[in-house]
Amino acid sequence: MNPSSQLRRYPTRRAVLGAAVAGAALPVLGGCVTGGEDDTAEAASGAKTAENPLGVPDKTPLEVVIFKGGYGDEYAVNAESLYKQRYPGATVDHKGIQKVGEALQPRFVADTPPDVVDNTGAGRLDLATLVGAGKLSDLADLLDAPSLDDPAKKVRDTLLPGVVDDGTFDNKVQTLNFTYTVWGLWYSKPLFDKHGWTFPTTWDAMLALCEQIKKAGVAPWTYQGKYPEYLNDPLLAMAAKAGGPDLVKAVDNLEPNAWKQPGLVDAASAIAELAGKGYILSGSEALSHTEAQAAWSQSQVAIIPCGSWLEAEQKGITPDGFDMVMAPAPALSSGDKLPQTALQGASSESFIVPAKAKNPRGGLEFLRILFSTTAAKRFAELNSTMPSVAGALEGLTLSSGLGSVKTAVDAAGPNTFTYRFRTWYAPLAKAVDDATGELATRRITPAQWSDRVQKAADAVATDTAVKKYQR
Amino acid sequence: MTQDRHGRYRFLAGAILPALALYAVFVLSPYAQAFYLSLTDWTGVSGQVNFVGLDNFTRLFGDPLFLAALRNNGLMLLVVPVVTIALGLLLAVLVTFGGRRGSAIRGASTYQTAYFFPQLLSLPIIALLWQFVYHPNDGLLNGLLRGIGLDGLARTWLGDPHLALWAVMAVLVWSSVGFYMVLFAAAMGSIPAELIEAATLDGAGRLTTLWRIVLPLLRDTVQVAFVYLGVLALDGFAVVQVMTVGPGGPDNATEVMGLGLYRNAFTFSKFGYAAAMGVTLFFLTLTLAVLAMRAGRRERVELA
Repeated sequence: MNPSSQLRRYPTRRAVLGAAVAGAALPVLGGCVTGGEDDTAEAASGAKTAENPLGVPDKTPLEVVIFKGGYGDEYAVNAESLYKQRYPGATVDHKGIQKVGEALQPRFVADTPPDVVDNTGAGRLDLATLVGAGKLSDLADLLDAPSLDDPAKKVRDTLLPGVVDDGTFDNKVQTLNFTYTVWGLWYSKPLFDKHGWTFPTTWDAMLALCEQIKKAGVAPWTYQGKYPEYLNDPLLAMAAKAGGPDLVKAVDNLEPNAWKQPGLVDAASAIAELAGKGYILSGSEALSHTEAQAAWSQSQVAIIPCGSWLEAEQKGITPDGFDMVMAPAPALSSGDKLPQTALQGASSESFIVPAKAKNPRGGLEFLRILFSTTAAKRFAELNSTMPSVAGALEGLTLSSGLGSVKTAVDAAGPNTFTYRFRTWYAPLAKAVDDATGELATRRITPAQWSDRVQKAADAVATDTAVKKYQR
Repeated sequence: MTQDRHGRYRFLAGAILPALALYAVFVLSPYAQAFYLSLTDWTGVSGQVNFVGLDNFTRLFGDPLFLAALRNNGLMLLVVPVVTIALGLLLAVLVTFGGRRGSAIRGASTYQTAYFFPQLLSLPIIALLWQFVYHPNDGLLNGLLRGIGLDGLARTWLGDPHLALWAVMAVLVWSSVGFYMVLFAAAMGSIPAELIEAATLDGAGRLTTLWRIVLPLLRDTVQVAFVYLGVLALDGFAVVQVMTVGPGGPDNATEVMGLGLYRNAFTFSKFGYAAAMGVTLFFLTLTLAVLAMRAGRRERVELA
């Protein structure tokens, strides 16, 4: 008896052998993962007509990959059936999947990508990397094509403000985002009415209201502590209102001491004050987004920061008559450079047409159909979410949450802003998230917060291996 | 004769080569690619790759996240194997020798089955269950503490940088202790009864028998357990990824090398850098295995 004597040298020998063979096979096998750069695929195209301005080949199949997350993929199937009506000779291969990145990464490497991809969700491919590697088509042809609803209007002119900018990398539009997300603070209108609370427009009023809410035995704020980025949104929104577009630009352009601008330090101090006065539900720092949002839906908490997807996400557990409403973050002071109604808004649900697609014209045409009022309206109905197509919500009966989002977007008008550093420099985004998590638990001070984030931003700025963007 | 030998070789080759080929394609070639990629700046989507030499490895040791991960994996390496083996041995001894006159206790197999249960669950499920247990407001753990009047001990387990890593380690120990108990109990069961009886006749008490007879005979099994648990402690990815704040937080308190690797590859699209992490982890694990095997090399007792 000695079963383990057999095992004794086994792992070592295997490993050593492995290493030896690895060394020998290195040059041969090394080529496998990264090969296949130089084959130039012959992209199909058809004749350009008024009916078919993009020159879509009728007989060529179209492969569509959709991120099947919170919005499902029914809206895409709907757009695909419209595509088939226009091009009866084409077959459409639809894939609704969750881990877009894992499924498509090898196909991008091998240059056999699908024709159009909804590159969204936690497992998406890094857009900046795709752009850097030249894997995406320029969408200029699509933007300049006549829109489906009104041939006199270009597709470019049917989109909400900022959407074209959001998709622009290196002066080329390489992605088009289908949904328009705004971030704000959410509350239940009936709960506020019941207690006679009004949602504040200034930070001082917010602190006063929190005191009242606390006295009523409700926790004033919670946040999705497991993912501190949710708390970044009100913080960065208040900073942007205080410092105006220049503050946002300085941050995104990695300017020296950008994170030490007074607007950012003041906003960080505001969040720290919230925590310091005990206005945040205890234990929030360890709650996942579902847990924190559930506590809010059960009216244990009055206010939660979130993007406009919240209503759709809470569909199953929102009690009847909860009537959630979103409001823009309050103003830090009367000296703010943007009005209080200014809104952090950005388009998301990023659609791309890979450069090496077999049917890129078809991919562009699919997007022209998807971004038409008909298809966008269908999406809004299915998901109570605002598409990035202007006027897509007109004439629809809106739920409480989506209605408040539309009101906020209308009130903000041209005053919308968005930070780009999250997409441009993912490591910086992580540093900001970590720091904000520490700030909200008061383990660091607002000054330490801005020091830490500045250090991380400087590290990105000086790293020659990171591709830099400017706005 | 020669003919015969050839035939035999042909047969042996036929039996071995397909397996070797599969092993080469699915185990060795990914290893080789990882080694190669660790010397490049591959982004994961591009076919274009630039050779950067040892640059990735130089960066690793200036990367505060990776250093935090090293520290955390190091602490896990010190704690998880020792605690798991100690608990596993204790439970195995209680089950195997805890009964009257040093026999197995009644219902021994029931206990073994119960303790083995966590092994049947996949790690992400275990992590999810424990996330509920650690929930600061409605969790089982804080509920229990508050229920017995120890409100002062209730904590935000996963939200506190001083506790989060310990909370993760507790889950790793919980999930593996049952398996090692069964392993140790099986090894104890194969110790000949005469040895134990002889010791008892010589006047050895239960503790002495345990310390002088049983444990020395388990040395090899414990050693193997140590290597496996060491590998587990150098990983910890699944539990950290599912359960912790961030994940890897709060403020990198539970950052582990596997998580850094995953993040760099799939979030930051730095596959070359991630491969360098993987290669480093490979050599660390290898060193650990070699050291553990060397340290325990002693004269072996041959039974029966």
